[in-house]
Amino acid sequence: MEGSKLTVEQLTTSSKLTVDRLTAYYGEKPAISDISLQFPDRQVTAIIGPSGCGKSTLIRCLNRLHETAYRTRVEGRVLLDNEDIYALDPVRVRRRIGMVFQKPNPFVTMSIYDNVSAALRFNGRPSRDETDRTVVRSLEQAALWEEVKDRIDAPAVSLSGGQQQRLCIARALAADPEVLLMDEPCSALDPIATAKIEELIGRLKHDYTVIIVTHNMQQAARVADYTAFLYLGKLIEFGPTEQVFERPTEKLTESYITGRFG
Amino acid sequence: MKFDRHARRKLLSHSVAVLTGLAVVAVLYPLVSIVYEAAVRGGGVLFQNGFLTSVPPNGCTVVSCSTVGIGPAIVGSFIMVGLASLLAVPVGVMAGIFASEYRTRGFGRAVSFTADVLSGVPSIIMGAFIYGYFVLYDPSSTYSGFTGSLALAAIMIPIVVRTTEEALRTVPNAMREAAIALGISKWKMTLRIVLVAALPGVATGVLLAVMRTAGDAAPLIFTALGSNLYPHDLFHQPMPALPLLIFNFALSNESNWREVAWGATLFLLLVILITNIISRMVIHRLSEKMTGNA
Repeated sequence: MEGSKLTVEQLTTSSKLTVDRLTAYYGEKPAISDISLQFPDRQVTAIIGPSGCGKSTLIRCLNRLHETAYRTRVEGRVLLDNEDIYALDPVRVRRRIGMVFQKPNPFVTMSIYDNVSAALRFNGRPSRDETDRTVVRSLEQAALWEEVKDRIDAPAVSLSGGQQQRLCIARALAADPEVLLMDEPCSALDPIATAKIEELIGRLKHDYTVIIVTHNMQQAARVADYTAFLYLGKLIEFGPTEQVFERPTEKLTESYITGRFG
Repeated sequence: MKFDRHARRKLLSHSVAVLTGLAVVAVLYPLVSIVYEAAVRGGGVLFQNGFLTSVPPNGCTVVSCSTVGIGPAIVGSFIMVGLASLLAVPVGVMAGIFASEYRTRGFGRAVSFTADVLSGVPSIIMGAFIYGYFVLYDPSSTYSGFTGSLALAAIMIPIVVRTTEEALRTVPNAMREAAIALGISKWKMTLRIVLVAALPGVATGVLLAVMRTAGDAAPLIFTALGSNLYPHDLFHQPMPALPLLIFNFALSNESNWREVAWGATLFLLLVILITNIISRMVIHRLSEKMTGNA
């Protein structure tokens, strides 16, 4: 823990999102406790750890989604550009911090176009022109435009699973967020669809701060610049991915990465 | 030994098939016999010229009308069921939304529990209560179409609440989280995403409630009272209704009055059946269109 803190202070990139002594409860039971770390700006950070270690809970605290579930509670601070998101209006926070979920969850009653433009249409009164431009831009960013440009008004559920997930990424990007949270975005996808999303993540980091939860260590090694290892609700180690995977400072990290548990 | 076990298994299987088959007959028999009986006895009257527009037997003198019919009752039923729906559907849908989407606040549970209890209250008692509140103790009011509508609305509301709640709960939570994560406010998410996705289920519930009350005489006995004349006043005069007419005329000694009751029965059955079929088709089409399985 001490070692990982030191690494954070050594970071040269500026921090976009800072987690400060965060503890999140389900009922009386803390799912993560006393976590502090800094997510560098426009870099990909992976959160890894065995099932039940609290990595999903942690990422759901970063856009204040955790507190929307029944009997949940959060202590500590999460700073977005030095502003505590827990002191801001959660609805506005979520417009700045987008999220992609484990299973593709397009709005089933809507077309591809309406899905991508949902944030725009529901949160304001955009002109048709503005909406069109945002939809095209977001679908291009999500590498889906070429595949759907001829059937933009088709139901979202007519797409394949991998396409649906890229649609959800486009939908999140259309809200013009600063941070993109991804909670195991590839766990419901086949290897080809997974490769497409991973390639996409590599491109997205030029414009967004990406935080990805994954149970797949190879994926973390492939896509992430920084990696955080969580175990039993605690942050065990955090640092540049290469260092965490090749020269971990903690014994637990080493055992997990070499497949001795988890 | 082996043969024995085989025979026993076969016997058991056959007996279950026979028993369940008998149960199906027991379910279908009343429906088929009601429709058949009503068609045979009411068919002749129903298609008589002017039956659907004329007043019933004692609503006119022998001189003033040559044909008899159920016109006033059709109009009265239409007005009261329509008004009751206007009152009950918004209230019921909103309470259903509260019960499903704001459940964590504890009060939501109370709403669905109350609706459960209310839907178990016999409709005659519902009618008697409305009678007590609006007819008996208010000196300015009397039996009227309005109080009849209130009684019907009181029966509709719990049905609409519960079916709306159930329909909303079938919408996956992933849909809500997707909307929340986009920074869409809770009321917009609830009304424009969750409710829209649940619309076919909500519509089915509303339909169920409307059909149920359209044929119910009990709540109207104390409230609308019934009449043989075309209604002119919603608030100060008794209002006719099809189930009331059937109830009154079916017990009559006059065979031509009983015939009118049969005609009205057939009419009510047909209206409910046809409305049911058409709306189900529309709802089905709607949900197909929404999820793109057309």
